[in-house]
Amino acid sequence: MLAETMTVVYERPETLLPVVSHYCPGCSHGIIHRLVAEVIDELGVREQTIGVASVGCSVFSYNYLDYDFAQAPHGRAPAMATGIKRYRPNHVVFTYQGDGDLASIGAAEIIHAAARGENITVIFVNNAVFGMTGGQMAPTTLPHMKTTSSPQGRDVATMGFPIRVSEMLATLDGPAYIVRRAVSDPATINRTKKAIRTAFQAQLHGLGFSMVEILAACPINWDMQPEDALQHIKNAMIPYYPLGDYKVIDAVKALA
Amino acid sequence: MRGTIRIDANRCKGCELCVGICPKKVIGIADTFTPKGYRPAILVDPDGQCTGCLLCSTICPDVAITVYREAVSRTPAQKHAAAA
Ligand SMILES: Cc1ncc(C[n+]2csc(CCOP(=O)(O)OP(=O)(O)O)c2C)c(N)n1
Ligand code: SF4
Ligand code: SF4
Ligand code: SF4
Repeated sequence: MLAETMTVVYERPETLLPVVSHYCPGCSHGIIHRLVAEVIDELGVREQTIGVASVGCSVFSYNYLDYDFAQAPHGRAPAMATGIKRYRPNHVVFTYQGDGDLASIGAAEIIHAAARGENITVIFVNNAVFGMTGGQMAPTTLPHMKTTSSPQGRDVATMGFPIRVSEMLATLDGPAYIVRRAVSDPATINRTKKAIRTAFQAQLHGLGFSMVEILAACPINWDMQPEDALQHIKNAMIPYYPLGDYKVIDAVKALA
Repeated sequence: MRGTIRIDANRCKGCELCVGICPKKVIGIADTFTPKGYRPAILVDPDGQCTGCLLCSTICPDVAITVYREAVSRTPAQKHAAAA
């Protein structure tokens, strides 16, 4: 029994449904869902939030996040979010996309949504593989990284180089807020939460396109224990994908 | 500061991230299985070492951990006694 003097200092956010997710043990999607739910709860915009789920392991995010949701065809979440936001401009509209979804089949959608400066928020989970389909190489797979479709490691001479999406989109004039974060330890997780909050605040203030890229672990397809996978984010992912603020327009800076 | 945690064994997937992160090393893994077939994390804290630091709940991908801290509303006399 808990002593009566004990008070709750952390509990599950209200808009994260009390169900067991289908994610593998140690999968970063769970952490990132939680951060989104905490931010939406703290901003008090639950009833006006609409999510757009993508194709990938997070296709079922609508079973966990308790908002109105649509589910887009592969890569098309930014297009669907554009339509929803333009029709319902007072709603908070976000996409939740993996790197296989966003940077591969959905590359055109994300570039043009960013270029248009659509007033939506993109939660971009970069785990460097196609998780759902069994760990195939994604556009974001690191050089030499072994995947089920690059069993000898990604050879950049024949398979091309990984795409740094945040840096690329930051060259456009449209976006308001583009940052890269990670969920490799409690400190990086807390910084990721702050960025998600800023991204949603930018949208609430009508400032335009916001995206938080989050370096995340897929322990199952990386063939690592969850703890080693978090270490791998630090040792291998961050050196190639530096954390940082790639575009923050003055109006977003003024929100802080 | 004194704290404690409660782990919802039905939600825990035994990933052990909380076990590794706890600075007080008061989280272990149970011998039992959850309905999903994982061995859940359990608090093993006979000496009340948990400080309610939130590291385990921050790293937990399945939001299975609720964290508590001792309320710090003490009477002046108690505060004095605690400081002594
Ligand atoms: C049109 C179409 N092409 C291919 C697929 C197969 N497919 C399902 S998920 C996926 C990749 C998902 O990877 P990612 O976006 O990185 O998400 P993760 O599973 O890693 O979270 C692919 C190619 C599909 N569902 N639809
Ligand atoms: S396959 Fe990877 S991304 Fe998908 S649930 Fe498992 S760990 Fe997460
Ligand atoms: S709150 Fe801190 S001290 Fe207590 S169990 Fe969690 S990590 Fe350990
Ligand atoms: S971090 Fe969460 S899911 Fe993983 S073992 Fe601990 S309580 Fe269970």
